[in-house]
Amino acid sequence: MELLFNLFSDYTLRIVTLGSTLLGITSGAIGCYAVLRKQSLIGDAVSHAALPGIGLSFLLIGSKNTEWLLLGAFIAGWIATLVILNIDRLSRIKYDNALAMILSVFFGFGLVILTYIQKIPNSNQAGLEKFLFGQASTLLQRDVMLMGIVALITLVPMIFLWKEFKLLSFDTIFADTIGFSTKKLDLILTTLIVISIIVGLQTVGVILMSSMLIAPAVAARQWTNRLFIMVMLSSFFGAAAGICGTLISSSIDNMPTGPIIVVVITLIALLSLLFAPNRGLIWKRIRDNKTKKEINSTIILSILYTLSEKHTKTYHSYDLSALMLKKDNIKYSKKKLLKELNKLKMSGLVDKHEKNLWAISEKGMKKISVLDYTNGGQSYYD
Amino acid sequence: MGVRVIMINPQIEIQLIAIIVSVACVIPGVFLILRRMSMMSDAISHTILLGIVLAFFATHDLTSPLLIVGAALMGTLTVYLVEVMHNTKLISEDSSIGLIFPFLFSIGVILISIYAGNVHLDTDAVLLGEIAFAPFNRFVVRGKDIGPKALYVMGSILLLNIIYLFLFYKELKLTTFDEKLAAVLGFSPIFIHYSLMSMVSITAVGAFDSVGSILVIAFMAGPSASAYLITDDLKRMILLSIVIGILSAISGYWLSVLFDVSIAGSMAGMVGLIFFIVFIFVPDRGLLSIIKRRKKQKYKFANISFLMHIMNHENTDMEKSESSIDTIHNHLQWDRKFLNEILSLSIENKYIFVNENGIIKVTKEGKKFAGTNYCELVKRI
Repeated sequence: MELLFNLFSDYTLRIVTLGSTLLGITSGAIGCYAVLRKQSLIGDAVSHAALPGIGLSFLLIGSKNTEWLLLGAFIAGWIATLVILNIDRLSRIKYDNALAMILSVFFGFGLVILTYIQKIPNSNQAGLEKFLFGQASTLLQRDVMLMGIVALITLVPMIFLWKEFKLLSFDTIFADTIGFSTKKLDLILTTLIVISIIVGLQTVGVILMSSMLIAPAVAARQWTNRLFIMVMLSSFFGAAAGICGTLISSSIDNMPTGPIIVVVITLIALLSLLFAPNRGLIWKRIRDNKTKKEINSTIILSILYTLSEKHTKTYHSYDLSALMLKKDNIKYSKKKLLKELNKLKMSGLVDKHEKNLWAISEKGMKKISVLDYTNGGQSYYD
Repeated sequence: MGVRVIMINPQIEIQLIAIIVSVACVIPGVFLILRRMSMMSDAISHTILLGIVLAFFATHDLTSPLLIVGAALMGTLTVYLVEVMHNTKLISEDSSIGLIFPFLFSIGVILISIYAGNVHLDTDAVLLGEIAFAPFNRFVVRGKDIGPKALYVMGSILLLNIIYLFLFYKELKLTTFDEKLAAVLGFSPIFIHYSLMSMVSITAVGAFDSVGSILVIAFMAGPSASAYLITDDLKRMILLSIVIGILSAISGYWLSVLFDVSIAGSMAGMVGLIFFIVFIFVPDRGLLSIIKRRKKQKYKFANISFLMHIMNHENTDMEKSESSIDTIHNHLQWDRKFLNEILSLSIENKYIFVNENGIIKVTKEGKKFAGTNYCELVKRI
């Protein structure tokens, strides 16, 4: 409660929260495309590659204004992305190898420039490295304004090119054949991704930016199969993590905002992986168990069926040991088998004649003939 | 030249350390590339921070060798977690890498800021490292200084890498190129996978201390990528990568001395520069030869379709309009300049001649050329 009160009263906190929320929304939305196109790690590469851009822009323009630094970062990140994509396209070097190499080479070059700047007399380069590790607490109102504008720049084309981007992400070749210029679209989408990464640098820093792109999208993907809902959810998760992260870090002394946001958004993703309906791991486990049970009872039923087929009397009953003759069909013990048979009896598929004699019932006959497991049962038993 | 050409002791030591680091990184790097797992080196070199922090909490000693053990274990754990995530089949491998490593790194940073605010355990130091300081950290045995510590640490890691390579060369090769065959033959791809990843994390841990993780990634991904463009032979690829790694380490060092800038940064820069020179100029797979080949193919294809066009209309009513030298551009709809090039090329090769009515005719050679190449094309399709 006090936290929320702080949010409305504390000016700095409000600015920082606004900034990280904006970041969560943009990177969440645009991250969906990066994840769907299997280019998740582009965030890592671009954010590292932005460093020489920041250094060069400071070197050339001599200003520490966020706009100029971000512009430099954007240009460097964009060049790096194009280089990576072209190495992948033109040579046998694979995408991930190109990523790792370009990110380290660009970052190394950035270090060279930063150390060079340090040596220049009278140049105050302090503050440049805040981009490296992100210092959300130093966000100013004008930074957040800039972030808002850039968020608009990324989100508006996304809305207008919705159909095209969707097509591009799911079936590039089809998009090509029906006449969309996939090269141009690819370039636009990549540019948007680069922009949204660059904007996040100030808040979460180079290393953690990739997570802001991936985690919300991964979380959202588990809840839905529709792109629109996925993008909305992803933005929502991103924003929620931004707000939560900022509030948590503001309530603990000496706590960096970026890492907290990343931990929150990753936890959201992990929880989604576990609990999301249909796709989630727990649901999958439940479903698997259900199927397993179904298969077990059908196997028992089919064994009873094949036995009855061989016998002159259709509903002749057998005792447990007869059922267990072919052990490898029934993987469980006598006790378990009895339990299964009782279950089958409850649903009326099996009749219990005497103490330990079991026979398939009329209802069971009907079920098995519909399922057409008969052949399977036959071959199992012989 | 204002450069100090006289080598003083720390300079030799720095270069020696750099060479050892580069070779130690390049050896597992070759297999990372071939297994398409280069980004794992990036992930590992970041998550070792958490390993170091946790080991530090356990030992309260920043110089304890347990720190390296903890870091290496964390590296392997990263690989395992990525695998677990990927095996759920809910997310792709790159997404799981991108999910796991910032998470572990963040936890590391958070732990540092909560518990170790006053301890010198800098996040920048992990990422950037400074090889220039490596010679200052001496290895002292019984009061006698026997050289920089990094030299011994990285030397033993290099030795470990070489031993591993020699012991498991066959297995590495087999599991890298044909995992299923390896499994069928009874070699365990999982064992090789995890042992290789442990080697990567041990190397990354040892190297980050002396050169910083960026240079580790650069050495693991860069030189072997260049070598991969040059050769198809695994042994030659390893040797070439080592040579390129050493080359970029030394040239990077001297460039950094020349311009007085970050040593690790300029070495990483040299790795990139060498790659781009190779990428552009290497025969067969280089950018220049790709462009040349594509151009050649384009001309050849255009030439064939040009000849086919004329042959199709040969001796028909349409010939006058379709194959006349004055009107053919209306039918082919090619760029005028390109058409002229193709025309002169065909005349030069004696594939066509222009008769007195201005109609293009295909010669015997031209028919043969178009025919055989067309068959080839069709066959390929």
